Amino acid sequence: MSLATRAAVEPTADFRVTRSRRNVAWTGAGALIIVAVLAYFPYVVYSGTTTILVQAFIVLTLASMWNLMAGYAGLVSVGQQAFVGLGAYFVLFFALHGTSPFAALPVAAIGCGVIALPLWWLLSRLRSGYFAIATWVLAATIMLIIERFSSLGSGTGMPLPGFAELSPVLLTAYTYWAALAVTVLAMAGVYLLLRSRLGLVLTAIRDDETAARSSGARVGLARLTVFVVAGIGCGAAGAVLAISQLQVQPSAVFDVGWTAEMAFATIIGGLGTIEGPIIGTAVYMVLQQTLQSYNAWYLIIFGVVAMVVALFARRGLWGLVDDRLNVRLFPVGYYLRTPNGNGRQANRSG
Amino acid sequence: MAWVNAIIQGVLTGGLYALFACGLSLMFGVMKVVNLAHGDLAVVAGYLAVFVITVLHVPTLWSFVIVVPVMALGGYGLQRTVIQRALDRGVLTTLMVTFGLSVVIENFLLQFFTANTRGIGANLALVQDSFSLGSQIQVAYLLVVIFAVAVVVLLGLQYFLSASKYGRLIRAVADDKEAAQLAGADYRHVFGIAAALALGTVALAGIAYGMYSTLDPTAGTDTILLFAFAAVVIGGLGSLWGTLVGGIVLGVAQQIGAQINISDEVLAGYIVFLAVLVLRPQGLTSRRSQA
Repeated sequence: MSLATRAAVEPTADFRVTRSRRNVAWTGAGALIIVAVLAYFPYVVYSGTTTILVQAFIVLTLASMWNLMAGYAGLVSVGQQAFVGLGAYFVLFFALHGTSPFAALPVAAIGCGVIALPLWWLLSRLRSGYFAIATWVLAATIMLIIERFSSLGSGTGMPLPGFAELSPVLLTAYTYWAALAVTVLAMAGVYLLLRSRLGLVLTAIRDDETAARSSGARVGLARLTVFVVAGIGCGAAGAVLAISQLQVQPSAVFDVGWTAEMAFATIIGGLGTIEGPIIGTAVYMVLQQTLQSYNAWYLIIFGVVAMVVALFARRGLWGLVDDRLNVRLFPVGYYLRTPNGNGRQANRSG
Repeated sequence: MAWVNAIIQGVLTGGLYALFACGLSLMFGVMKVVNLAHGDLAVVAGYLAVFVITVLHVPTLWSFVIVVPVMALGGYGLQRTVIQRALDRGVLTTLMVTFGLSVVIENFLLQFFTANTRGIGANLALVQDSFSLGSQIQVAYLLVVIFAVAVVVLLGLQYFLSASKYGRLIRAVADDKEAAQLAGADYRHVFGIAAALALGTVALAGIAYGMYSTLDPTAGTDTILLFAFAAVVIGGLGSLWGTLVGGIVLGVAQQIGAQINISDEVLAGYIVFLAVLVLRPQGLTSRRSQA
């Protein structure tokens, strides 16, 4: 509208499109405070707590990645344990050659991202069910290939070297901070990705792939990017896993149980929302801590709850909250602001 | 001669893999469901057979008379309640739900049966003995019987699907379920029948696996599911005989891999599977191209 016509049509004044409804500087500040508090933990809490938190961070990172793949790009992968294992073995490889495992962590993440490229070439033409099982077979294949290397411990695994000069207290603290850093970076990465143009494509794919294609969205590129990013994220989580376990065993790091945990956490928390994995991870940790003495029960209950949520509450727990309160902690959508003060949400994307 | 032995072993184990695969092929062909819990359901059938044999004292070779109908009924129930609901919600939900089912079943079995392995009929002559062809080839009786059972099951399914009323219904619903509904078929019921058939064959597969190898809670996903899917993909969808071809190719690939390096048996099979997936995703026997 030109200035002249705008003056003539007085009541409908200018509209603005913003990225969030309220002033999210508060949520942003809140997030920073939470991260700062978490970073301070090693100084004030027992190492038992930080160990549990490290586990939670690993699951949260994995869940965010799985959410990115399944919730936004429609790729249900049952083989992400391949990247978890690869990340762990990258760290082992570099540690065996004299590097500090902590320094090897970013290299492991990038390495997994690089490996994700040829793997995507194998998988890209496959759809849903075929894609899912192909990822599982790929994970099993990668595990079998790595088990052939006796220098990496073959089938029994080996301890992770490179921690000799660190005292136990310092080791726990460094592990914790590494885990925290990985999680913060992962979630920040997912948030920024979804805020970008690519994120818009992903949200379009999430809602309706055919419509997205017909609008000219580059679905293939978006899927590739998501697969590589998820590979990097899961690889980083695997590296943290290796550091926290102080050893790398193929049956532990390539266990399909990792995919089960990340998938269930995402489904219960809310598929297709960034906040979902946080809630799902919390549920998982609560279950795991309370049912710890009952062996496999927590995974059974976790699985059953996930199935029930998938069947009856598609958008998960966060979806239930979001439907009632209309809250976004991570603003990735677009809102239309009318001049009468209350932002009227014209577009519920994101 | 070792190579001839390997190929013969491979062909015969192909029968076992075809038995694993025909239930998966049926469910995928009719309902477009990749049942990620397929292998675990076979293991459940195996454990059920162990229960029937040890607690109810049914003779080992007759255990299938009880286990197969029970699993078939269970399959109908599972399809009508859980899987149909998931199908109504979409493909992704179906995958997530069957994956969840797989994990739940596995951990359930782990909880109640522990990780110790169980065998079925380990003391039977059928399971232990083999005969010789020439001086260097040993063929286990069990493998020949399993191969024969696989062929009979495939023949039976083929006949059922082509000649019987329910077979026609299944094919109709598989082609176009809305059109079949217009013609008066209740597609939910027909899906249930297909699932019952699939799980009946899965029961046989589980018992066969329990005799050929040993049962443990993770065998469903480690061995059965991935091999079954590999057989289906290699052979091609849409043809039950393709499943047999796929199973044989997988078996032979594995045995050749084992000849090259004993620990590469499973890896060789997976590599062939991945190669087929990349080069000819519609499978070796299918004429159409895969969607």
